[in-house]
Amino acid sequence: MVHLTRRGFVASAAALAGGAAQTGSAWAQGAYPSRPITLICPWGAGGGTDACARIVAQGLEKELGQPVNVVNRTGGSGVVGHAAIAAAPPDGYTLGILTVEISMMHWQGLTDLTPRSYTPLALVNEDPPGIQVKADAPYKNVKELADAIKASPPGKMKASGTGQGGIWHLALVGWLRSLGLQPNHVTWVPSNGAAPGMQDLAAGGVDIVPCSVPEARAMIEAGKARSLAIMAEKRNPQFPNVPTIGEELGTVYATGAWRGIAGPRNLPPEIVAKLGDALKKVYDGQAYRDFMNSRGFGMKWADAAGFAKFMDEGNAKMGEDMKAAGLAKAA
Amino acid sequence: MTTFLEALGMVAAPDVLLAILVSAIYGLVVGSMPGLSATMATALLVPVTFYLSPIAAVATIITASAMAIFSGDIPGALLRIPGTPASAAYVDEAYAMTRKGQPELALGIGLWFSALGGIAGTISLVVLAPTLAELAFSFSTFEYFWLAILGLMCATLVARSSPIKAIAAMLIGLLVSCIGMENPGGIPRFTFGSTDLLGGIEVVPALVGAFAVSEVMRALLLPEPPKMPHRRFGSIMAGQIRLTKQYWNQMTRGNIVGIIIGVLPGAGADMAAWVSYAMSKRFSRTPEKFGTGHPEGLVEAGASNNASLASGWVPSLLFGIPGDTITAIAIGVLYMKGLNPGPTLFTERASSMYALYIIFMLANIIMIPLGIMMIRATSHVLRAPRAAIMPIVLVCAAVGAFATGNNLFAVTVVAAFGVIGFVMEANGYPVAALVLGIVMGTMVEQSLVTSLIKSDGSLLPFFERPVSAILAVMTFAALLWPAGVWLHRRLGRRGRAQAA
Repeated sequence: MVHLTRRGFVASAAALAGGAAQTGSAWAQGAYPSRPITLICPWGAGGGTDACARIVAQGLEKELGQPVNVVNRTGGSGVVGHAAIAAAPPDGYTLGILTVEISMMHWQGLTDLTPRSYTPLALVNEDPPGIQVKADAPYKNVKELADAIKASPPGKMKASGTGQGGIWHLALVGWLRSLGLQPNHVTWVPSNGAAPGMQDLAAGGVDIVPCSVPEARAMIEAGKARSLAIMAEKRNPQFPNVPTIGEELGTVYATGAWRGIAGPRNLPPEIVAKLGDALKKVYDGQAYRDFMNSRGFGMKWADAAGFAKFMDEGNAKMGEDMKAAGLAKAA
Repeated sequence: MTTFLEALGMVAAPDVLLAILVSAIYGLVVGSMPGLSATMATALLVPVTFYLSPIAAVATIITASAMAIFSGDIPGALLRIPGTPASAAYVDEAYAMTRKGQPELALGIGLWFSALGGIAGTISLVVLAPTLAELAFSFSTFEYFWLAILGLMCATLVARSSPIKAIAAMLIGLLVSCIGMENPGGIPRFTFGSTDLLGGIEVVPALVGAFAVSEVMRALLLPEPPKMPHRRFGSIMAGQIRLTKQYWNQMTRGNIVGIIIGVLPGAGADMAAWVSYAMSKRFSRTPEKFGTGHPEGLVEAGASNNASLASGWVPSLLFGIPGDTITAIAIGVLYMKGLNPGPTLFTERASSMYALYIIFMLANIIMIPLGIMMIRATSHVLRAPRAAIMPIVLVCAAVGAFATGNNLFAVTVVAAFGVIGFVMEANGYPVAALVLGIVMGTMVEQSLVTSLIKSDGSLLPFFERPVSAILAVMTFAALLWPAGVWLHRRLGRRGRAQAA
């Protein structure tokens, strides 16, 4: 519920006028873009999202003919950077890379920001979760694992791969729910990322790690773990031997960690169109494809409208799963 | 042999050699600035590696991180401001040596034993990689819990103040590590509705505040200490051979501890330095000399933190599991350059693997001449007037903290911890123990809570698993040791009294 006070109304009216004046001046200076663009990355330098932002920035620079600088605004578990993107003036000179957390954090009451706080430009990546078990685990396929989970008493089996309420935890919750089980039928063991989770899997500490297959790749190649299925609609061309859940179980369940480019709300449509075209060219370019393949990241494209729809759907699904798992803050 | 020659050819390429040289200088400079850690030096290199050949890209990361860990000792020895968290354990010792008029010896120890430690770590990587990797798999959260507790117990050993005050300072550190939502429950704690506090207090800004800013504040109050006698720095390497012979056992122990801690994912150079310094004091024949400018602990801790750096690559290269924050970044670069971690890297791409080994060796060898130049260049700091140095330290601290995440909040953290550190020091509470609490707090909590979730609340696995049991015995032995010594002396005295 938004309380519209007089002071608040005056402030927002002033902000609107300011925004209009700024876009006006931007157009007066000539065709967009006439000066360098900043791309905000809410996560630290050296990580996967940072690398993704930098490769997109390189491509945009070539397409738009203006420097595109990646600025890491970290802190607050991603909230600080996401807030900075939303609060930037809507003139097209400050953009950002959104990550799946934007559709999760507001359900936990950590921020007021939702996917609707932005002007979506393009979805550029999605990594579906896989279902990894220890190499010598007795389950030959995901069906046997699902049967074993159903037969086990609640809380007996353990899974890990990210913090409590992280994306892979919610993937597990969603999958268990699609099997008709309680969200806590398999106990979640919080870990500091996928790699420690995979290590604990190999050390025999947990039974399942539902992280993305590329994150588990080195351990699978080392013969320490196996990937039984991925929670996606289609197989990953880089891992053609790993079936989807739908093929094996007949129940469709798909989710994933994604990254996309967006600007603050109320970006002028001309700028959205121009950036959308440029991003499409970047996405189709060889440099981007090579980068994504080398890092093992999943390619997924959606244009501005498609990205908006994708985020809305994902947001609603996240809300359901988080409420079911008791992770959402009681409203 | 042909693969080895092939590897040599790969490293000898001009672009690779140039990358090593430039990143070495870069690592030395960044590591020596208070507030810029070795991890950050590595992270800032990643965009540059986009444009380099695979071997050159990995070479920059290996070289820069090794140099930064060594050069973190420089401001520690000269100004009592550790450049990286790994230097915080022994900063008082190194500074005490400088005040005794032996800055070149203190820095020489840092350089020489860092290089030797790095080479020992590399040898372990070459010879023992598969064996060490298996060791990492016998460590689950139960073992990490004991390891973290052992790490925390270093607080009382490292500090020279009363043990009670050291423990109090460490507990404040643990409290600080509770802030934010990076805890097993994912629940925001002590955030007071602030978005910035959600991510918690990061170690580096807290360290910079507690050491650097509090030092500046003290300088405002105290009269300038007597000038060091004006003289040229003596030989930096003189005496190192003698120390190597004298402290051979300590150095070897430091290397071994560093290699083991480095291999364990999640425990890196920081923890290696703390544990080794504490061990050195515990097993020393002259523990009373520690903290007064005694080389023994410096030898062991310096040997340890650089050894852990190289062995941290073992789980990264074999399984893609980072040994510490630096290798976490390096893994991303390896993937991007097509050198995918995994056993195939050792078999199918053996020449690239050998090239990495050679780079490790090369980096630790050129560390010596470049390090000497760096020490000579920075030694002028000792002669500069304090009124000129302190403002620069303050600016470095603020800029360094901001640069980590382009977030003004980090600067606030630096300022706040400057005040906390100042008040603590003024009342005899060691800030090093505070930093240790912040470094280890997350690990203690995470390993305890996840272990209990896995065991459904049972405490038995903490003592049941073989490695866990050994670590538990070590922990309790270390805890009960002082009591045992006291009892032994008392009983011994009574025994003698009865005999008489």
